[in-house]
Amino acid sequence: MKHTLSVLVENKPGALMRISSMFARRGFNIESLAVGPTERHDVSRITLRVDCEQHPLEQIEKQMHKLVNVLRVSELEPGEAVERELALMTVAATPDRRGELIALAQAMNARVADLGSDSVVFEIVGHPEEIDAFEELVRPHGLKELVRTGRIGVGRVSVPKRSTRRQHVLR
Amino acid sequence: MKMLGADAILRSLEAEGVEVAFGIPGGAVLPLYDAFARGSAVRHVLARHEQGAGHMAEGYARATGRVGVAIATSGPGATNLVTPIADAWMDSTPLVCITGQVRRHLIGTDAFQECDITGITIPIVKHSWLVQEVEELPGVLKAAFHVARTGRCGPVLVDVPRDVQEAAFDFEYPDDVDLPGWKPPKRGHPRQIKVAAQALAAAEKPMLYVGGGVLNANACDELLELAEVGRLPVVTTLMAKSAFPETHELHFGWPGMHGPKWSNWGINKCDVLVAVGARFDDRVTGKLSAFAAGATVIHLDIDSAEIGKLRHADIPVVGPLKQVLGDLVEELRRIHAEGAAPRTEPWLRQLADWREEFPLKYGSSGDALKPQAVLETLQRLTVNEDVVWTTGVGQHQMWAMQYLLCDRPRSFITSGGLGTMGYGVPAAIGAKAARPEATVVCVDGDGCFQMTGQELATSVLEDLPIVVVIVNNGYLGMVRQWQDMFFDERFSHIHLTHHVPDYARLAEAYGAVGFTVESESELEGALREALSCGRTAVVDARVDAREHCFPMIPAGAAALDLVEYPDEEAAQVP
Repeated sequence: MKHTLSVLVENKPGALMRISSMFARRGFNIESLAVGPTERHDVSRITLRVDCEQHPLEQIEKQMHKLVNVLRVSELEPGEAVERELALMTVAATPDRRGELIALAQAMNARVADLGSDSVVFEIVGHPEEIDAFEELVRPHGLKELVRTGRIGVGRVSVPKRSTRRQHVLR
Repeated sequence: MKMLGADAILRSLEAEGVEVAFGIPGGAVLPLYDAFARGSAVRHVLARHEQGAGHMAEGYARATGRVGVAIATSGPGATNLVTPIADAWMDSTPLVCITGQVRRHLIGTDAFQECDITGITIPIVKHSWLVQEVEELPGVLKAAFHVARTGRCGPVLVDVPRDVQEAAFDFEYPDDVDLPGWKPPKRGHPRQIKVAAQALAAAEKPMLYVGGGVLNANACDELLELAEVGRLPVVTTLMAKSAFPETHELHFGWPGMHGPKWSNWGINKCDVLVAVGARFDDRVTGKLSAFAAGATVIHLDIDSAEIGKLRHADIPVVGPLKQVLGDLVEELRRIHAEGAAPRTEPWLRQLADWREEFPLKYGSSGDALKPQAVLETLQRLTVNEDVVWTTGVGQHQMWAMQYLLCDRPRSFITSGGLGTMGYGVPAAIGAKAARPEATVVCVDGDGCFQMTGQELATSVLEDLPIVVVIVNNGYLGMVRQWQDMFFDERFSHIHLTHHVPDYARLAEAYGAVGFTVESESELEGALREALSCGRTAVVDARVDAREHCFPMIPAGAAALDLVEYPDEEAAQVP
């Protein structure tokens, strides 16, 4: 089962390496990882996507929590979090196919980021599943390049906070 | 006060109460050693190899419970510390390693003796720092000592570029650490402790499975009280040897691969298993799914990540063991006061019967000196003496576990998790620096001794006399045993010979005293003399190479399937 973990870390050199090294040596796989600044200049947020059962997930959280730079680990429960991802896709688009592709993009809330004589670069922001769907739609046209940021997320403010359950508060 | 970074390191160590640091100078730590030359309350012990320095710091830490300090230069000096750091990581030994680094502007240029030691050690440290500005130094060192000794103990590394050591700044040692992400548990949950006490009070066949965490927590008194109040039998793992008095009626040996049958039967047939600062290591459990199957598990540990890592804990308590065990005793007392007496006497009798029925034993074959006899004699000669034992890794280590009886906490120091050959001699030197009044004896193997034996020079010249007893079978003995038992006697690259080097003459070359023992009749005299001479002494005990270490649970086998002794039918499991 897939889980999204949101990890607040001190913005210190090597913090990301310590986390990724822990995953590697404990044999946990990271499906995607996105890291960036937060509302505090001295804190970064890492959003991790992992595919594992409940027991290894608990191990991951506990082992991460032992790292000195890690401030908080919480799981973003589906339905309780807003999750987004950005993707850029270079798709083959000869002039006669261009119109069809652009219509497709409009229907999927993607936009044209760059246009060349035989290709188009789309950008799409959305829930990762929407990006999956768009990817499948353009693939038959010739998907030449694809890059995704990995998902990021925050807890929803519109639902009561149940997710404290998953916050790691064993200590 | 205005000073150089190098002096600030020493003032910081002094502020932490560090008595002794073990190290070797080199290019990138020249400023630090210049500061030593200017004077410090910290004694510096000059090792002969950085691995030795690291194990000495470990031996010091394990003998005292305080943080050990090792110093090395950049590059190869730092990489030579990797083995002790990994060892300290596996055995949760508090260690601060200070390494020199090339000047800041050279970092990343493949400069002479540059290596990314913080990167190399990430998987084996609790935390590490590459000090970028001299102003950071005091805060980093304060944090380093704090992290090393709080929560689950372990190693940290502080890498200091040479120009940071040379930079002048206004030194002030901070009172507090600034580590927002470091929050080791402060107290075990009272409700969980209550539940644990109830389970223990109701148990008919409980067993305390004690690990090294009890020593790190300085909770040996509380453990003893718990066992006595609850009439609870105790087995101690290799890492916990000496945490509970081994001549006590409630001590029932050591579980695991080379533990006696009665210890393994006890731990595997209990109804309530209390893991106290222990981590269900494969060398203890054997086949995990068959380990103490059916027992209710109470797991007490400072490290929440150990709870449920390998074995599900029915009643977990996360907290400092001194408090957790202390509160558990109080709870148990309360329950007893309400009229529920311990129900463990039949079980204790059963365990004692097994101990009678399946004693440790070994055969005698003519004149050949048996390795077990060396350990038995050592034990007999040191009863009631203040002895600290260290060991290498292998057969001799397991015999030391079986035959030496340690009643004082921190009197048995060994490499458990990493199984580091060569640990014994330097660890003994570190222990001697910590406990000069004690007799420090390293029980070593001939293979182990040859990995770090050069530290005899450190022992002799630094006036840290130790006794090294080499259980010399002329082989990499444990490998020989496995090749014999599991590889159809295809002995491959294990023969070291009894006579090269001549250990007694080697000892003399280092300025130590050397003894060679080839028969049982010579043994006691040589050991007596070595133990009482007050100098660094090496006893080369040339033992029967054919002797295997038994009992043995083959790797991956269930603990109840142990091979007691090869020549007889294993007794049936009742």
